Amino acid sequence: MVTTMVNIKINGLSLSVPEGTTILTAAESHGISIPHLCYLEKINEIGACRLCCVEVKGEEKLVPSCITKAAEGMEVITNSQRVRSRARTNLQFLMSQHDGRCTQCVLSGNCRLQTLCNEMNISLDGFYEDIPKGRRTYWPAEFPLQRDATRCIKCMRCIQTCDKVQKVSVWDLISGGAWARVDVHDGLDIRESDCTLCGQCIVNCPTGALKERSDTEAVMRCIDNKDIITIAQIAPAIRTAWGESLGMSPEEATSEKLCGILKACGFDYVFDTSFGADLTIMEEASEFLARKGKGDLDKYPMFTSCCPGWVRFCKTHYPELTGQLSTSKSPHQMFGAVIKSYFAEKEGIDPSRIRTVSIMPCIAKKAEAALPTMKNAEGLSDVDYVLTTREVVRMINMENIQAGQIRETPFDNPMADYTGAGVIFGVTGGVMEAALRSAAYFVTGKNPEPDAFKAVRGRHAEECAWRELEMEIGGEKIRVAVASGLRNADLLCTAIVRGEVKYDFVEIMACPNGCSGGGGQPRHQDDIDRRGCRGEVLYKIDQKLPLRYSHENPDIQKLYHDYLEKPLSEKAEDLLHTDHFGWRMPGEENI
Amino acid sequence: MERLKIERPEQGQRVLQNLYQDITRRITASPNGMCPVDMTLNFVRTAHAQSCGKCTPCRAGLEQIEKMIRSIMYGDAEDDVLERIRFCAEVIRDTADCAIGYETAEMVLQALSGFRDDFEEHLKRGKCAYGTRQAIPCTATCPAHVDVPGYIALIKAGRYEDAVRLIRKDNPFPSVCGYVCEHPCENKCRRAMVDAPVNICGLKRYAVDHAGFIPTPPCAPSTGKKVAVVGGGPGGLTAAYYLTLMGHKVRVYEQREKLGGMLRYGIPDYRLPQDILDRDIQYILNTGVEAWYNIVVGEDVQIEELKQEFDAVYVSIGAHDHRSLGIEGENGTNVISAVEMLRGVGEGRIPDMRGKSVVVVGGGNVAMDATRTSLRLGASKVICAYRRRIEDMTALPEEVQEAQAEGADIRTLMAPDHIELDENGKVRAFWAQPQIISAVQRGGRTGVRSADKPAVRIPCDYVVVAIGQSIHSKPFESAGMKTHRGAIEAERTSFVPESGNVFAGGDAVSGPATVILAVAAGKVASDNIDSFLGYHHKIAVDVNVPEPPMNNMPPCGRVVLKAKELSGTEGDFSLVTEGMSDEEAYQECSRCLRCDRFGYGLFRGGRSLEW
Repeated sequence: MVTTMVNIKINGLSLSVPEGTTILTAAESHGISIPHLCYLEKINEIGACRLCCVEVKGEEKLVPSCITKAAEGMEVITNSQRVRSRARTNLQFLMSQHDGRCTQCVLSGNCRLQTLCNEMNISLDGFYEDIPKGRRTYWPAEFPLQRDATRCIKCMRCIQTCDKVQKVSVWDLISGGAWARVDVHDGLDIRESDCTLCGQCIVNCPTGALKERSDTEAVMRCIDNKDIITIAQIAPAIRTAWGESLGMSPEEATSEKLCGILKACGFDYVFDTSFGADLTIMEEASEFLARKGKGDLDKYPMFTSCCPGWVRFCKTHYPELTGQLSTSKSPHQMFGAVIKSYFAEKEGIDPSRIRTVSIMPCIAKKAEAALPTMKNAEGLSDVDYVLTTREVVRMINMENIQAGQIRETPFDNPMADYTGAGVIFGVTGGVMEAALRSAAYFVTGKNPEPDAFKAVRGRHAEECAWRELEMEIGGEKIRVAVASGLRNADLLCTAIVRGEVKYDFVEIMACPNGCSGGGGQPRHQDDIDRRGCRGEVLYKIDQKLPLRYSHENPDIQKLYHDYLEKPLSEKAEDLLHTDHFGWRMPGEENI
Repeated sequence: MERLKIERPEQGQRVLQNLYQDITRRITASPNGMCPVDMTLNFVRTAHAQSCGKCTPCRAGLEQIEKMIRSIMYGDAEDDVLERIRFCAEVIRDTADCAIGYETAEMVLQALSGFRDDFEEHLKRGKCAYGTRQAIPCTATCPAHVDVPGYIALIKAGRYEDAVRLIRKDNPFPSVCGYVCEHPCENKCRRAMVDAPVNICGLKRYAVDHAGFIPTPPCAPSTGKKVAVVGGGPGGLTAAYYLTLMGHKVRVYEQREKLGGMLRYGIPDYRLPQDILDRDIQYILNTGVEAWYNIVVGEDVQIEELKQEFDAVYVSIGAHDHRSLGIEGENGTNVISAVEMLRGVGEGRIPDMRGKSVVVVGGGNVAMDATRTSLRLGASKVICAYRRRIEDMTALPEEVQEAQAEGADIRTLMAPDHIELDENGKVRAFWAQPQIISAVQRGGRTGVRSADKPAVRIPCDYVVVAIGQSIHSKPFESAGMKTHRGAIEAERTSFVPESGNVFAGGDAVSGPATVILAVAAGKVASDNIDSFLGYHHKIAVDVNVPEPPMNNMPPCGRVVLKAKELSGTEGDFSLVTEGMSDEEAYQECSRCLRCDRFGYGLFRGGRSLEW
């Protein structure tokens, strides 16, 4: 297809841009920046904040550059007094409804609104404060997703992200005029909503209006308590991003370095959840083969359940598929369960003195850890606290740790080993690939090529709703599918429920591109999509690791040998499996 | 799973729709004299409530403007607040995404430039130049300030003569106004806030139709002063009536055979029967007004002579000249002006339109009168060609509807192009250039321009031009009186500057207008001429207005006058509407909220039985 070019002038500068390019993109691609807050490519193209309004010759009023396409012969002015003063005043209008006490905001220093206010030298002299208060700002403090109505600038990015990327539509613009604000749709309490806690709204929020519940203080109290053994585990996807906010490259910001830092913070033990992921594969691959053998998967496939956002979505949107979710707990829950049993026993520690802290790129994990079904017989939770990548970075800063100067430190025994299969859990398709590597071994007794199932990998969740692969394992045809992002998940589930497609095993991750693009990952002021390159980090590690099959992890083998016997054993069922019907989502029909 | 559903408005939204209608009526019935700043504040508030809240300027910006205007009202605004409001409004106008935002900003900018003084009065002095001054909206809005609640109460009590006497205190044309008044009083009727305005005009007609004999009121002792009135129309006769009651000797100079002016020679009988008009005129003449007929002032008698002979002169000529089209063929045979045609019919010189095709050009009430008269004269086809749309016509909507019902063919967006004449110079066809409705003009009127279509030929035998009237002011100009656009210049007292003893009012000063404005002008002139002559006579009436019942006014429909059986047939000039029945009149009277006895009326309203 030939791209037609159009010729325009911006501030007198002649440019040629492909037809369909917006004025904003045309300008920014030529080094002319235009302030904007609400614009989010393909997701929020509604011209709401009006900061990007520019003059176009022949137009009486200004036009929003983010949604106005460049047309042949168009003459645009972005730097006149009129344009500047309008942007500035609109920013003042926005700030009149915004709590500007930046020192008390998690996003301070990383906030586009703050940056623009500084750049435009905003003062609010002569403007009236109109910050929402009272019932309009109520939010339950214990909910994992936190919303501060006084910081919201009504850019609508969260609404659009939840609608278009996740098809959950938790958020809506409610009330009108002066009272218009973003809140849970139809006036619901967030606790009554079907929020999956994916956190995608948070990463796309340009201000501190959306954030996770902060659990750092509670974790630091545990660390400070000498009677308590505080144990951290680091999710595979953390290594793709934790260094971003600290100015470190992925090569520098390894999980071993983070291990060292967490030790410096005072954690007594630090493990890599990749070990838990290997354990999950042992159970889940075995479960898959067992259920397949029993005919459990004749109608609907087995679905992965390591993504709690997806589990929440499945229970509310496709309750008929809840029984198809793998009963294998997610890696960090398995790991937590093992820490409070096998590890405690081995180390001679009273499990009630242990607090397990998961470092996750995820908000939904905070809710998952608190589920009644994620406790042992003594009532001890597998995982006591979940910190997001952002929280852990804040903790590092709070502890005044110079991350760059900390040495890489190996993970603690006896669960130090991890395989490439466990590591790729952090990217869409990774669970499937890891599971197939081991399932093929379980069936045939032979390892397949480690990259035999590459086809399920995918960088751009937007390009196709799901990816599929058909293969033979031990003479039997196996059909699998992988989707990330809940809109894609919805499309896939609809097709499955309607019988339009038939699979044996399906992996779903709530966040586009999986955990590396998780809702708990670092936030950035620019609109650069880092999800793809974060995923690449994990595949590179997988390539380099000597062990790439979960079942070859010697510490896993030892765990089964010493404690669990074999996958799906009674003990394994007790510790490592869960009941998805054991708790309810809001609105979920009585079980 | 259903994807589409039949949409039904929710209960709450249905009720809100009704409230919108209520508020629309309420706004229309706004009393004069409201504080423009407070109204602006509330308009902005209302507009803001319509905002969806998507965009910053509309959602957050309007709030700032509201708060700034509020600070002005509270009296604690910063000195530069008006500048700040203007700037914020400009930003909103320039950057709002839809009309909800930018039109609100535009409204604020209009308010700031339109009544900046009022903003400044509040800003600097914390005071308003306005406030409720008008206790009784109908009475205040009536140019002649007729005591509307008073006569409605009297009609309800069955005291029709008293009702008419009360009206005559301010307006000696109760019968005429009962039939053809444009009733501006109804526009501000507070009853509109409940359901719809009281049919005041219809009730007045009921009163005059049912009143028995009313003796002429006595005149004040003779002053020996003499006043000449030039023009025996409603304005002149009003002045003559009151001046006579005041004891002055009045002589009316009428250029035609009969009194009444436009009432007789401009309004067709099917709207105002001659005998109704004669009732009012006879009553006026009974006071002792002298009328000289067939005398054209400026020709048969000079203004200077009148000035010498009389102590004062009141010029109250009507707008009997017509405006011409200025197109080719206009001077052909059978091209006539509407005023000429209607006058001819009034005087018995009736054009023979039987079986003919007539094109009437124009969209005002006179055009409708000419159209409907042509139908009654037996024209086989009457086309009314108008350059704009029906909704742009200045004719009352009911006049247009009735004309259409009678068979007139109203062709809109047709501008006169030229008139095609036959070899004898007689009309053969009217050529019209189709128009396209276009941009709204500065005054708020929608403009038209020529459409990209060829001119249209409409074959016809007559072309009646009804595109406006003017005053024949030449003789008065020659007598040294100043004119502006053909109308005589006079002070608000009606006094003509530097004339010595001449007063002028009505159409002569304002250009073509309404009966009630002419009456009001005559009333004002009589008062000022009385003062000019050195007197301070009072015009009074001794009528007791009944007390109202309790103020329990459940919503009730407005009685409208029914059209009589479809008229418009050849030769039928009988009235087109039926008066109210007794039952209807009583009910309509009961709808009056009696603003003279409730609300501000009880505090500062009262009733003046004299002026």
